Amino acid sequence: MPTADAYVVHHITNLRLPKGADPMDPWVLHLDTMIVSWVLGLFLVGFLMLAARRATAGVPGGLQNFVEMLVDFVDNTVKESFHGPRDFVGPLALTIFGVVFLWNLMDLVPVDYVPYAVCKAGLADYFRIVPSADINAPFGLSVTVLALIIIYGIKGKGLGGFGAELFTHPFGANPLLWIPNLVLNLVELLAKTVSLAMRLFGNLYAAELIFVLIALLPWWIQFIPGGAWAIFHILVVPLQAFLFMTLTIVYLSLAYEKH
Amino acid sequence: MLPSIWTLVGQAGTFLVFIWAVMKFVWPPLTQAMEERRQKIAEGLAHSEQAEQALDRAQAEADEVLREARRKAGEIIEQASTRSNQIVEEARQSAVAERDRQVAAAEAEIRLATNQAREALRERLAELAVAGAGRVIEKEIDAKAHRELLDKLAAQL
Repeated sequence: MPTADAYVVHHITNLRLPKGADPMDPWVLHLDTMIVSWVLGLFLVGFLMLAARRATAGVPGGLQNFVEMLVDFVDNTVKESFHGPRDFVGPLALTIFGVVFLWNLMDLVPVDYVPYAVCKAGLADYFRIVPSADINAPFGLSVTVLALIIIYGIKGKGLGGFGAELFTHPFGANPLLWIPNLVLNLVELLAKTVSLAMRLFGNLYAAELIFVLIALLPWWIQFIPGGAWAIFHILVVPLQAFLFMTLTIVYLSLAYEKH
Repeated sequence: MLPSIWTLVGQAGTFLVFIWAVMKFVWPPLTQAMEERRQKIAEGLAHSEQAEQALDRAQAEADEVLREARRKAGEIIEQASTRSNQIVEEARQSAVAERDRQVAAAEAEIRLATNQAREALRERLAELAVAGAGRVIEKEIDAKAHRELLDKLAAQL
C-alpha cells in the first residue's frame, strides 16, 4: 500500500510523452488525455451518425428520438442566443455539449479501475481518464472557441468593422482611447478563453480529487461519501457541459452581432 | 495539472475534426428529418381540422335536409287534409244540389199532376154544369153553339 501522498499524486499525474520529460516542460503530449478524448469523441460521433444515418421523417425509433431530443434542445439553445445561420454553430454547440458531457462522465468511473488495469497490464505507469480534469483539454476547446470568436467577429462585422470595434469599443472613437480600448478588448478575449476553460477544469479537477480522497477512506465507509458525491456529480456533469456550450454560443453571438 | 502544448493543440484539432463530422454527417439529416416530420404533423393537423369542418358542414347539411323533409311532410299532410276537406265539402255540395234538383223535379211533377187534375176537374165540372143546365131548362143546349160561353165559364172555376 503506497502512502496517501503518493496515491493522490499518482492519480493526478498524466501519462506524458516522451517519458521522463522535465515536469515543467510544456512541449510534451498527455497520451492518456488524447486517447480517452479520441475514444469518447469517436463514440459520440459514431453514435450520432448511427442515428443520423437511419433518420426518417416518419415515426422515429428510440435512438433517433433520443438524438433528436438532443439536437432539438441544442438547436433551441442556439436559436435563443445566436441570430445568424446555424449551419455551423448548431453542430458546434452539439459537439461541445456531447464531448464535454462524455469527458465529465468519465469522472463517475471509479478512480482506481483504469489506472490499475493499465498498470497491471504493464502498458503504462500513469493513466488519467478524465480529459476535462487535465487543463490542456479544456484549453484546447476554449482556444478553438477563441479562434471562432475572432472568425465570427470578422464574418459578422467585416474585417474593418471587427478591427474598428477592437479600437473604438467600449470607450469611444477618440484616438487617445484607441490603446486603452485595444488593451481592454484583448484582455476581454483572453478572459473569455481562460474563464471558459478554467470553469470546466476547476470543477472537474476538484471533483476528481475528492473522488481520490474518498478512495483513501476505509473500504467499508467509502460508499457513503462516494455515493453522495457521485449523485451530486450527476448534476455537475451535464451542467458544466451545458455551461460550456451556452457560453460559447453567447460569445459567438456577441462577436457576430452588431451592437 | 501540468501544461502540455501538444495535448492542447491535439485537443483543438480533435475538436475541429469532431465538429466537422457532426456538421457534415449528423446535423443536416437529423434537422431535415425533424423539419419534414414537423411539416407532416402540421399537414396532418390541418387535414384533421379540414375533416372536422367537412364533418360539421355535412352534419349541418343533413340537419337542413332533415328539417326540409319534415317541413315538406307537414306541408303534404296539410295539403292532404285540406284536399280531403275539400272533397268532403264538394261531395256534400253535390249531394245537396242533387237533393235540391230531385226535390224540384218532384215538386214540378206534383204541380203538373195537380194542374192536370185541376184541368180534368174543371172540364168535368163544365160538362156537369152543361148537363145540369140542360136538365134544368130541359132543352138540349147546343154544345157547339155555346162552346165559347162554356169555356169562359169553365175558366172562371
